[in-house]
Amino acid sequence: MKLHEYQSKQLFSKYGVPIPRGRIALTAHEAKSIAQELGGRVVIKAQVLVGGRGKAGGIRLAHTPEEAEEAATQVLGMRINGLPVRKVLVDEAAEIRSEIYLGVTNDRAFFSPVMMASAEGGVDIEEVARTHPDKIVRVCIDPLLGLHEHQARFLAVAIELGRDHWREFIGIACGLYQAFITSDATLAEINPLVITGDNRLLALDGKMVLDDNALFRHSDLAEMRDMDEEEAIEREARRFGLSYVKLDGTIGCMVNGAGLAMATMDVIKLFGGEPANFLDIGGGAGADKVAAALQLILKDPNVKVVMFNIFGGITRCDEVAKGILTALDQIETDLPMVARLVGTNEEEGRRILAAADMVTATSLADAAEKAVAFSEKG
Amino acid sequence: MSILINKNTRLIVQGITGREGIFHTSQMLGYGTQVVAGVTPGKGGEWVLDGKVPVFDTVHRAVDITGANASAIFVPARFASDAILEAADAGVPLIVCITEGIPIQDMMRLRRYLDQQEVRLVGPNSPGLLTPSECKVGIIPGNIAEPGSIGVVSRSGTLTYEVLYALKMEGIGVSTCVGIGGDPINGTSFIDVLGMFEADPHTEKVVIIGEIGGRDEELAAEYISDMMTKQIVAFIAGRTAPPGKRMGHAGAIVEGGTGLAVDKINSLEAVGAAVAEHPGKIPELLK
Repeated sequence: MKLHEYQSKQLFSKYGVPIPRGRIALTAHEAKSIAQELGGRVVIKAQVLVGGRGKAGGIRLAHTPEEAEEAATQVLGMRINGLPVRKVLVDEAAEIRSEIYLGVTNDRAFFSPVMMASAEGGVDIEEVARTHPDKIVRVCIDPLLGLHEHQARFLAVAIELGRDHWREFIGIACGLYQAFITSDATLAEINPLVITGDNRLLALDGKMVLDDNALFRHSDLAEMRDMDEEEAIEREARRFGLSYVKLDGTIGCMVNGAGLAMATMDVIKLFGGEPANFLDIGGGAGADKVAAALQLILKDPNVKVVMFNIFGGITRCDEVAKGILTALDQIETDLPMVARLVGTNEEEGRRILAAADMVTATSLADAAEKAVAFSEKG
Repeated sequence: MSILINKNTRLIVQGITGREGIFHTSQMLGYGTQVVAGVTPGKGGEWVLDGKVPVFDTVHRAVDITGANASAIFVPARFASDAILEAADAGVPLIVCITEGIPIQDMMRLRRYLDQQEVRLVGPNSPGLLTPSECKVGIIPGNIAEPGSIGVVSRSGTLTYEVLYALKMEGIGVSTCVGIGGDPINGTSFIDVLGMFEADPHTEKVVIIGEIGGRDEELAAEYISDMMTKQIVAFIAGRTAPPGKRMGHAGAIVEGGTGLAVDKINSLEAVGAAVAEHPGKIPELLK
């Protein structure tokens, strides 16, 4: 689960990371009054959970409250990478001498958190990682011991930070690590961490991604989820415990298991088709869940054919077949369907499906070939 | 012959009285696995499955009394890391965690601790292990594989079944199938299992089933180049997966340009592994 910039920075601030004064505004009028409160120059920043805000014009500098109102009006009307901007952060503008990157994430190869710093802050860090990997320094953190001061100092020295900033920097690094650990984050990042005109360190921007699996023990953080920021269809899927990702193709697919669902998409592509979605109904799905999944697939207007690939283990083919029939009772559709059911209770499943007008397939490749043929017919 | 589990494996099931625990225990018993005990705190002293399996309150007691040497974990995610630690502290040398959804930071701390113990964790989010005709630990359907000389190691569940089934249809048997699980941090990697298959005299060739996310397949390729003499056939799922989206498994995500299927395929092909276009092609690549 991604947090907005303002949410991330508020969390960082709780752990002693200095952030600019500022507040969130839902209207241009509010933005103006916040700018008045703050006095002086402010920055209006679109709060959307996609990258590329700056490039899209979602970050504006305003010198007066009137300018702030004007800028907020423009930004609040924007769509950035398809997402509407519903709120803006109004922050006191800072004078920037230099920009640093500081972040914590999980290093899968070392089974530990890793803290990264770079003197090249303010830009896309993934780009720096690709073009100048030597400009990013890392320290692995023992998950049982936590971050130690000498590790933060190592980073400060490695990015050639002036000695007068070390104490502040170490405090910020430790605060960021605490925010990361106590929130069960998978990413906590300050980019940029700036040296201001009056020679202080300040976290101008913040980003956090939380571990969905750990939200059960962070009800306060779980409440921060921004429902507006998800595709409605993906939200609907989560409600039913389905794992769904929308794609651009025409072949809707329903599969049990994530690896098999990915492989099914790949095989569709291999035979010249384009998958419309990734959809994993999980293990042991009953008829209700299957029906919900089929409804989701059919909501996508691009779908021209539906393909079922079910390998019964815990999931029973007859349950899946019943779910398909239930859904077809509720929805009017004349889309062609291709079903491949193997494993637990497969014969019973096939017998149930014989009642529906459905093409059956024996193997994954066979099913994909048939589905692709239908999708090409249009 | 086989790796990790065989007919002498004495298994306990943690979470045996839960819905999944009891169902799969009966499946494992039916397959011939020696399930010697179950553990559910508060239910010690009961017997389940028509008096076939005794239930204990703690893993320590179950191990003391039954001499178990492996554990399968079916407890809900929020209790699973505690269950793994309990098994480790009781000295169970092989812990197989089926549970999906353990927080990643718990897994990092756990992994750091387990690395200092004499235990092997397989999973979490693993379908388990299968040594055909001898022993099954976990949830892999037993009827889709025959005994033979092909080692199978996979990050996936049902995709593994797809591959096992394709092998069976072509009359190809399996020495052991190991599901290492789809989480970003787990107890056993491809490399660990490749080493065991290389050392197992009855495994002749190895099938690796990987997917997008992380660098486990790339590390496996380095290991294959340096250490493996046996032929490798691979399949990598997720060529069509969009970046930045988690594809079901917590570990299956392309982040910052790393974890792409194409990089994994190229790394494996560069060290002489045959990479199948789709799972149905694996049998012919083994011939």
